[in-house]
Amino acid sequence: MAHSFTPPSEQALDGSAERLKRIRAGLGKRHARERRFRALGIAAIAAALGFVAILFSMILYQGLPAFTQANLEVDVHFDPAIVKVAARPVRDAQQSSAEYQRALLDWERKVTMVNWNRVLEQSIKAAAPDFEIDTKSALSIVETSERFRLRDMFVADPGLLGQTVKVKMLASANADNWLKGNIDRSLPDTQQQLSPSARMLSDRFMEDGQMRFAFAWHIFTNSDSRSAPASAGLAGAFIGSLYMMLVVIVLAVPIGVMSAVYLEEFAPKNKFTDFIEVNINNLAAVPSIVFGLLGAAVFINYFRLPLSAPLVGGLVLTLMTLPTIIIATRSALRAVPPSLRQAALGIGASKTQTVFHHVLPVTYPGILTATIIGVAQALGETAPLLLIGMNAFVAQIPGSPLEPSSALPVQIYLWQGNENRNFFEARTSAAIIVLLGLMLMLNAIAIFLRARLERRK
Amino acid sequence: MHMPTDKIVPQSDLYSRESTTARTPDENPLPVRVKARDVSVFYGQKQALFDVSIDVPEKSVTAFIGPSGCGKSTFLRCLNRMNDTIEGCRVSGLIALDGSDIYDPSLDPVELRARVGMVFQKPNPFPKSIYENVAYGPRIHGLARSRSDMDAIVESSLQKAGLWSEVKDRLHEAGTGLSGGQQQRLCIARAIAVSPEVILMDEPCSALDPIATARIEELIDELRQNYTIVIVTHSMQQAARVSQRTAFFHLGNLVEEGPTDLIFTSPVEKRTQDYITGRYG
Amino acid sequence: MNTAIVASLLLLMLGFAYQLGWSRSRNMAVSGVKIHSRPAYHASLVAFWALLPALLVLGLWALFGDTATRTYILAQLPTEITSLTAADLEVTIRRIRQIESGFGVVGEAQTYENSAAQALREFRALTFAFVVATAAATGAVGLFLAQRRINPRLRARNEIERIVRVLLIGCSVVAILTTVGIVASLLAEAFRFFTFVSPIDFFFGTVWSPGFSSTGAGASGKYGLLPLLWGTLMVAAIAILVALPIGLMTAIYLTQYATPRVRGIVKPIIELLAGIPTIVYGFFALVTVGPFLAGIGSALGLDIRATSALTAGVVMGVMIIPFISSLSDDVIRQVPLAMRDGSLGLGATQSETIRRVVIPAALPGIVGAFLLAVSRAIGETMIVVLAAGNSPFLRLNPGEPVSTVTVTIVNQLTGDTDFASPQSLVAFALGLTLFVMTLILNVAALFIVRRYREQYD
Repeated sequence: MAHSFTPPSEQALDGSAERLKRIRAGLGKRHARERRFRALGIAAIAAALGFVAILFSMILYQGLPAFTQANLEVDVHFDPAIVKVAARPVRDAQQSSAEYQRALLDWERKVTMVNWNRVLEQSIKAAAPDFEIDTKSALSIVETSERFRLRDMFVADPGLLGQTVKVKMLASANADNWLKGNIDRSLPDTQQQLSPSARMLSDRFMEDGQMRFAFAWHIFTNSDSRSAPASAGLAGAFIGSLYMMLVVIVLAVPIGVMSAVYLEEFAPKNKFTDFIEVNINNLAAVPSIVFGLLGAAVFINYFRLPLSAPLVGGLVLTLMTLPTIIIATRSALRAVPPSLRQAALGIGASKTQTVFHHVLPVTYPGILTATIIGVAQALGETAPLLLIGMNAFVAQIPGSPLEPSSALPVQIYLWQGNENRNFFEARTSAAIIVLLGLMLMLNAIAIFLRARLERRK
Repeated sequence: MHMPTDKIVPQSDLYSRESTTARTPDENPLPVRVKARDVSVFYGQKQALFDVSIDVPEKSVTAFIGPSGCGKSTFLRCLNRMNDTIEGCRVSGLIALDGSDIYDPSLDPVELRARVGMVFQKPNPFPKSIYENVAYGPRIHGLARSRSDMDAIVESSLQKAGLWSEVKDRLHEAGTGLSGGQQQRLCIARAIAVSPEVILMDEPCSALDPIATARIEELIDELRQNYTIVIVTHSMQQAARVSQRTAFFHLGNLVEEGPTDLIFTSPVEKRTQDYITGRYG
Repeated sequence: MNTAIVASLLLLMLGFAYQLGWSRSRNMAVSGVKIHSRPAYHASLVAFWALLPALLVLGLWALFGDTATRTYILAQLPTEITSLTAADLEVTIRRIRQIESGFGVVGEAQTYENSAAQALREFRALTFAFVVATAAATGAVGLFLAQRRINPRLRARNEIERIVRVLLIGCSVVAILTTVGIVASLLAEAFRFFTFVSPIDFFFGTVWSPGFSSTGAGASGKYGLLPLLWGTLMVAAIAILVALPIGLMTAIYLTQYATPRVRGIVKPIIELLAGIPTIVYGFFALVTVGPFLAGIGSALGLDIRATSALTAGVVMGVMIIPFISSLSDDVIRQVPLAMRDGSLGLGATQSETIRRVVIPAALPGIVGAFLLAVSRAIGETMIVVLAAGNSPFLRLNPGEPVSTVTVTIVNQLTGDTDFASPQSLVAFALGLTLFVMTLILNVAALFIVRRYREQYD
């Protein structure tokens, strides 16, 4: 039959016995080292994931409370004794349009001159009739922008005169801090932002339900504000960023794709194209602030384009995004099998037709992903924008890409530097949540579109 | 003695069973070094090897032949548990080296691989000097007590691999700078340096030119004096030239196994006959 | 200029030219002659030649129109006004433009201002009409000449393809122009700076105190680069000390140990860190990490400031982790499996294989990743602006605040200083230093990585 098991001859094993002994002696130590190494790897991953977790949870922890803000609902009496203005002018037949406009403007100016603070103060005091409080303290509870709201209400409807209506008013940043406990309640009066009576009144309003926390929609609809921090919002910065992203998409995508097509499909392989390749790869790693210097020297100082304009910001970000798009498009083109090109060329298509009709369409998912990654990167970029003046305070929502504007990341930069740290730390985190949310959305769109495009193929 | 003190003599009746595929009784049998019974290998859901049973005798060359994808390399990699490194790979059945089950949980694959060395299809010297390539194994296993010990191991390994005269003046140059054939002999020297009992060779000549191949084949013949060698080859001529026993694999089955001359001159199975006469493969 | 009118005119012309070319070519095809190119190519060609001259005219006006208008305004002004200082003259010109555009100005408008504005209004209307007419005329000439060329033998497709080729090359040049623009503007402004301060004082000076431009023109203050360079290197070194071990171990674990499932989950989460805008890291450093490190410091009896080289460096390290881990991941995965198997087959443990074979084999690539990471660390701006403390002194203690090259660029260019003052221009000398440093690192990394890739391809 076949071999049966017999132990190997003695003599063959003499040398190997000693050898095995040595190997076994080392095994314990070696396996311990293996376990330590593996533990190090797990520790590194835990550290990296831990950072992600801490970062996101800190931002959410600090930022989410800022999405609700204290609102005070009180009865506002448009007291004829304070609101002493003539009736709103009515256009009569002989009046020209211009004359009527002038009269109306004149009336509105008079309305603005009304002591709206007094109206406010009366409504606040009326809400707590038994509470002794001085004017300044009473007014410090609601945001300064609210008096303009009363004015606007009256302008829109002069019939309010003498009437009493319920108005929901934004509490001031300081009152919000106090009510949320953002400021240490045990601090002595000298270190508090509100006077003792204002603090007590705020608490009392909170208790009897006139003061309530509500979702702060105005973060999305208002522009930045210095005089009324509680009403400051992101709309202006958002529109500024939107303009810049439009500029980036309109310029960087076609230029980037075309230059990738040229370099990958048409350009001869020689020292010069090699130089372009190195140049593009280097540009992708040039610090963003250097692009800001380029913008300041060329666009602002040489071409005299306006400071703080989203157009200029968009141009700078375009130059920054270009290498990303070129590199990604090139690798997408490289991944197209040569057989596709040969097939198209084989049926008599010209080189240009082959590339534009057959090769390029295959790479659309890749280009799309690269575009969105590039745009997301540009959306979060701050440093170069500081150098072209986008850190200026802008209270309006820009109407065109040439008007001064801020941008989301720059708004974050400005808010983190605000003196009212108690209030703006949360507000800054809220802005970060919005920015990260936008970026997440962009990436989700990219994944979705990519999946769809690839399914169609 | 050589037996591990915690030696596991498999209790299962598999171990004592005779190999069924071995068709020819040997006149004077060599001692068996590696014994496999009913070995099956699965990659995920897919079964790649079906109930392979074989005995590998000591100090001889056993060749595995068969068309590509027949499972011969898979089986070879089971013999020193290199399949452990492949995700989702599962081995069932019994493989014993010197009577102890190599898949026993208490057996250390690191130790096993020091006893069962391996030479791969493509020469794969490490990006180190020639000296360091050969010294790698002895160093990690702590086999050399001193610098001169190590020098001796490196020299004798390179001698045995027939490379010493070609490289003795440039031991500290990169191993990757050698020619393909030299690189493969370096890899063999590297494997010998830990003095394994068994050397597995996975198509060691497939990436080499005919002259380098002839050189390696000579070397394998010399190494047979001291080592048990299992070689996978897609070349029947090579199997015929270097091996004493040959096993023919087909579609994951071990079809037939026996002394090489018998397999090549009078195979029993039709499939074996078809393969060695070049009908397919 | 009224862009909407111009744009619609251009579109109209484009459509007309295309239609004309198409119908002429079509007629020819119908008449049975064998034509070289399809009608669409003829049409595109005609449209292109009609649009190009018109665009050229408009482009010239966009470039030089402003200068022309300015010259015209100056010509309208009395000599006593034109001899005013540059700044006053600028104000006058702006006032006139405001009056002309109908927005009105602060204060009473001078008679000469009104008349100049009146003249300007006429000039504008006239030039606008003239420019549009010229554009239309040249376009028409182009169109006429182009459509006359249409005949069966015209190789319109080849011509269009040549035009496309030129367009593609033009796009590829943008990347080069960007580099040229960066180098030229940095060099030019830096040289202007060196007319105020000698390069030796700048590059080897150990004191940084640039003074304010309002305290007098010229080079008041000291512009020594070394304190800033020191700060930059210290922060970058701390960042690398954090990022290299964590990033590398993460890459090693994910490529060598982790199951595909774990890898599929962990890798994207860590790469999430790379997508977070740097301003967010800066804020995180300022608000969370800084106080935390300072707390640890005081617990250990060390003086660590909340804003310090350590704070900025640690957070920057976190930012760089995904950068190092994904680059190393790529590099490690390129090491042939055969090499790993060779080591495992000799009985090496996995960690021995990694440390003695895989990592040495991947070393050039890892060095490349390391260099790119250093380049990124020294160019990073927002984290250090917020968290490094802005204190430009040569200090050894990483727990103290420092300043860096990038921080100083931002500080010098965002103040109210005159662009031509050394206080502003020094930003460009700093930018040049930064650019050269990162260029060397980037190019070195590119070449190392490229040679590494070729080795295993």
